[in-house]
Amino acid sequence: MKEMRILATIVALVLVTYYGIEPYAHHIMHPEPKAADYSFSDLKNVKKVKGNAASGKALVEANCVACHSIESAGFAKMMPDADAAASYGVVPPDLSTAGKIYETNYLANFIYDPVTASHLSHKYSAESGKTHPMPSYNWMSSQEIMDIVAYLQQVAATVKVEVDDEATIEEQLKAQHRATFIDACGRCHSMAYAGWSALTPSDTLKAHMGAAAPDLSQYIKSRGEHYLHSFINDPQQLLHGTSMPRVGLTEEAQEDVITYMEEIGDSKKADRESLGWKVILYMLVFALLALAWKKEIWKDVH
Amino acid sequence: MAEFKKAESTLEWFDQRLGVTNLYKVMMSEYWIPKKINFLWAMGVILVMLFKILLISGIFLLMYYKPDVNLAFDSVNYTIMQEVGYGWLMRHIHAVGASVVFLIIYIHMFTGIYYGSYKKGREMIWISGMLLFVLFSAEGFSGYMLPWGQMSYWAAYVITEIFGGIPFIGDELVVWIRGNFYVSDATLTRFFMLHVLLIPLAILGAIAFHFYALRFPHVNNEDGEFFDFDEEAEKYLAGNKKESKVVPFWPVFLSKDFMVLGFFMIFFFYLVFYHYSFAMDAINFDKADGLKTPAHIYPEWYFLWSYEVLRGFFFDIAGISGKDLGLIAFAIANGIFLVFPWLDRSPLVKPANQRPYFKYWFWLLIADLIVLTIYGKLPPTGVNAWVGFFSSMTFLILFALLPVITKMEAKKVGGE
Repeated sequence: MKEMRILATIVALVLVTYYGIEPYAHHIMHPEPKAADYSFSDLKNVKKVKGNAASGKALVEANCVACHSIESAGFAKMMPDADAAASYGVVPPDLSTAGKIYETNYLANFIYDPVTASHLSHKYSAESGKTHPMPSYNWMSSQEIMDIVAYLQQVAATVKVEVDDEATIEEQLKAQHRATFIDACGRCHSMAYAGWSALTPSDTLKAHMGAAAPDLSQYIKSRGEHYLHSFINDPQQLLHGTSMPRVGLTEEAQEDVITYMEEIGDSKKADRESLGWKVILYMLVFALLALAWKKEIWKDVH
Repeated sequence: MAEFKKAESTLEWFDQRLGVTNLYKVMMSEYWIPKKINFLWAMGVILVMLFKILLISGIFLLMYYKPDVNLAFDSVNYTIMQEVGYGWLMRHIHAVGASVVFLIIYIHMFTGIYYGSYKKGREMIWISGMLLFVLFSAEGFSGYMLPWGQMSYWAAYVITEIFGGIPFIGDELVVWIRGNFYVSDATLTRFFMLHVLLIPLAILGAIAFHFYALRFPHVNNEDGEFFDFDEEAEKYLAGNKKESKVVPFWPVFLSKDFMVLGFFMIFFFYLVFYHYSFAMDAINFDKADGLKTPAHIYPEWYFLWSYEVLRGFFFDIAGISGKDLGLIAFAIANGIFLVFPWLDRSPLVKPANQRPYFKYWFWLLIADLIVLTIYGKLPPTGVNAWVGFFSSMTFLILFALLPVITKMEAKKVGGE
């Protein structure tokens, strides 16, 4: 039928154009990022060393709590966040969940040498004159470092996200996502649409890292889930020279973070997807009725 | 004052005062449309529908949008998208509608070119249509700035910069358009005014003009056949509906349009709910930052072909800078369609495939426009720059050749 041929021609032309300006152009402008590597395989593998949490506890008390709080284990903050940021350049993280959100091998390597593990050697170099707020513990043995990791993992296992007793499963999950986001990202990044302000004041961070950390409210839309997965896993790969460290999140923690970004940045996704097919169905009924009516009307004139 | 007798019915009451029966005849039941048409003749009604959708969704968005550089981004992405009930739906409809309206405008426009619906008395239909195209372009461009994202800002920056190339007054003109030396709050507020008031008013007027321009020369048909509409209308009214070459606008013509519209709306809402990112560029979800130039700046897809003509001339020719050449080519590209009826020197009003030379010209133009559109988005480096140059040249040459080949065509078919 002639009309079908016309339609097919138009559809073909539109699809060629669409392919060129969307998938093809994006492919050219944004090359496919490397898939996230949650084993951080560029780092030395020390996982075979089995840590001892009890000796780890002693090491943590001797080495870590001077700067880090571990509130779930009773080590309170030493000073208000703004003061901590001013002293160190960035607020040191509370370690309550460190053993859970950071991948084991990464965490061990980070303690051993933070700059190398976080891929920030371009920021903390002899030329820049800056040093990482966290000193390297490269004088410790692998065993000692793994003891610390084991202790932190033991602490993290006891941490529960606080929610109302009446919270639904959905609300509990959301609280979990938020908690992970705050621990993993919230020291530097704000999430204005969720009312979260970064613990480190923006100016302090900018002075220390050379760039302010962006607000992440709309990052799920501006960057997309696919990009974020690769980016958070290894920022340098996609944005060479960025001040953003590789933070070494486990796949699970990263999933929490990105889900949270979507819950805040694209909060109507569920509404959209559940309403969409109903509207389309309505239009389908309309189209079929209109088709029947057209046939009825045109049978007199053909 | 005229004498009024007491009305026997409500209809008569209105008839005495407003002449509604006559109005209904003139506008609907005795407004004659050729019978030999295909679904491409429904694009006008689809455009009316899309304009209504844009107008209504726009009115809802206007209730919460704040035209201020400090508030605009969040008023769109937080207040409208997340706080207001179904605000996200209105924004999706508005954004997707604004993009799809251009797809249909292009289909409508090239239908006109394919079937020769711009000549032999139909020149004013064409011109009023091109006027609408210009107004919709201005509407699309001004609207794209309002969410105040990165691409809003930088596309506005680049496109207002183009006016700087106009001789003598260029620099002052750019400042006048922006209301400042750079794209700023003053630019946003004036584009807001243009987008929600001045241009929509002009569009309403131009739509009325476009419809009016259709009444005397009448709508074209699939074969480009000329016939006496009054004669055919009489046949129809006398009951020879099958024999008559015309149908009334209501209900016959519109019944077909509504059907096409129905299927179109399925596609439209599929885009609104499940495939909207082509109309809502990811980069525009980063707030405008005048100190941070995005790696790739490109206009919305419907401007890409003319943007590529602008970029195509990337080197100097005969002492004229590439920038100036691009600007001249860009001005030609944007103006040339307006005089289309006078570039086609052939008397034939026939579908392009029945015209010996024009058919090649038509499909070459379509192919060239698609190449321009695709390369208008790609980074203009290496071989892409040359593709841009040759496709821009092809565009100009095609239009330079149009009077020649149609003249030849006129000669060839002259005896028929």
